[in-house]
Amino acid sequence: MNAEIALFLIQDGLTNGAIYALLALALVLVFAVTRVIFIPQGEFVAYGALTLASLQLGKLPGTAWLLLGGGLVVAAVELVQAVRLGAVRRIPAILFNYIVIPSALLSLAWWAAPQKPALTLQILLALALVVPLGPMVYRLAYQPLANASVLVLLIVSVAVHLAMTGLGLVFFGAEGSRTPPFSDAQWKLGVLNISGQSLWVMGSSLALIVALLLFFEHTIYGKALRATAINRIGARLVGVSPAMAGKLSFTLAALIGALSGILVAPITTIYYDSGFLIGLKGFVGAIVGGLISYPIAAAGALLVGLLEAYASFWASAYKEVIVFTLIIPVLIWRSFTTHHIEEEEE
Amino acid sequence: MSALLEVRGLSVAYGKVEAVHQAALRLEQGRIVTVIGPNGAGKTTLLAALMGMLPARGSIAYAGQEILRLEPEQRVSRGLCLVPERRELFAAMTVEDNLVLGAFHRYRKRDKTIAGDFEQVYRLFPRLQERRRQLAGTLSGGERQMLALGRALMSRPRLLMLDEPSLGLAPLIVRDIFRVIAGLRETGVSILLVEQNAHAALQVADYGYVLETGEIVIEGPSASLASNPRVIESYLGLVSSDAG
Repeated sequence: MNAEIALFLIQDGLTNGAIYALLALALVLVFAVTRVIFIPQGEFVAYGALTLASLQLGKLPGTAWLLLGGGLVVAAVELVQAVRLGAVRRIPAILFNYIVIPSALLSLAWWAAPQKPALTLQILLALALVVPLGPMVYRLAYQPLANASVLVLLIVSVAVHLAMTGLGLVFFGAEGSRTPPFSDAQWKLGVLNISGQSLWVMGSSLALIVALLLFFEHTIYGKALRATAINRIGARLVGVSPAMAGKLSFTLAALIGALSGILVAPITTIYYDSGFLIGLKGFVGAIVGGLISYPIAAAGALLVGLLEAYASFWASAYKEVIVFTLIIPVLIWRSFTTHHIEEEEE
Repeated sequence: MSALLEVRGLSVAYGKVEAVHQAALRLEQGRIVTVIGPNGAGKTTLLAALMGMLPARGSIAYAGQEILRLEPEQRVSRGLCLVPERRELFAAMTVEDNLVLGAFHRYRKRDKTIAGDFEQVYRLFPRLQERRRQLAGTLSGGERQMLALGRALMSRPRLLMLDEPSLGLAPLIVRDIFRVIAGLRETGVSILLVEQNAHAALQVADYGYVLETGEIVIEGPSASLASNPRVIESYLGLVSSDAG
């Protein structure tokens, strides 16, 4: 191995690591606020990538139908609850949020897709189709179990992951897709070739991380999410409902997931089930941060990206094995350095 | 005058064990009402049920409307506010952010008058202003209680429920806290005060209830409770002798 290869691997590792870092942050966020280990995070990556790929082919993405289907189910659940509680005033809002908006997005996608709009518009449309699935998943799968133990929520996550992978196969088919890069630019920096796409990935990830930081530090909703993560009872007492916090954190996680998918789509071929492995690598990063610390999780995810790049150079057949083996020393180290706190169970 | 809070036949159970049985109480606008009683009598449970943190049976009429089935967040939005015994502050956030979150439901309603309430809270508790950039978890016990009260006031409550505000505090700070509670009445806030320190509670309250093993056994204006032989024997004896 010479310096040129080493630098190339670093570039490759950091590019992938930036994506893993975003996913790791989303996992930490969702876990802190809702105690859900969000295994389906990866599915949002795949959905984001495949939705954009469909739009680029001028086809109506399957996610548009999925969105309407999900909206109808959520609307049904919400309507039953509203009638049972006698909260008739909520009905128009339910119909608007879960039926009118998804239908409007479906129609928009139907109309816009064949015209192949500019890339930015395609990306915005893909996000609009995928991101609302996040709060819907929360509403259907997790909100009714908000007080369940972490283990039960984890089991639900596995189920949601399997269901979403299956739906991915139904709506996108078994073929993989790769989208053209955002930028074909290449810069020579000494011996290193820097590709425009990897700069896009790193730049967007950094921008998103900064945006998240500002959101948590300076907005009332960001503070409400932090408050829920720190003290759920205290948060309820000031009027922050766990359901609102849950929906908001799932919306952010879906946004991060879909955006990550859009960013990686030009780098690797994404299949309906590719998201799982990508999400799992973000999860290793999140574990390094103990599912608590955002900066350590992001650093851990970058480490995962670098390790993966070097592993694929030296022992490409064992690439995944080497990356996931990282979790063992991390867990041993954490078990020695942290005090185990028993979760309060009913 | 109609009551701000009218509780009838309220029962709260943990599984099959009933912690509060058929409680009835009434609180008029602008009054301070106290519920005293021994440890484990169900005082904290009663407040938690009034706030909606525990499921209950019976009737809770607040400002003329039944709120028994509302979620805690909806009750906060209507002007109920509970300062729990454990304070439940956001330890890893700054004092100022804790206060900001106290006004969460008002930010949602785009209330423009929040800034003025910060000044009011800081005037009431200058110590909080000095420490506004400090994390809540680093405060002393008395400061935490001040922050809990300040956070509650930021929600601009109509009915403030205080659970053992004097618990674990030094006597001087207890006096400060009670002075603030008495002062709040002037601003039109109604207060439901749960206390083991019956002496201090009856001094500040207009009316009182005695809760024992989940049932209200005695009630009356504070002055008459303070001279009730049974109350003196059970709750005031020790406290009044060492408070002098």
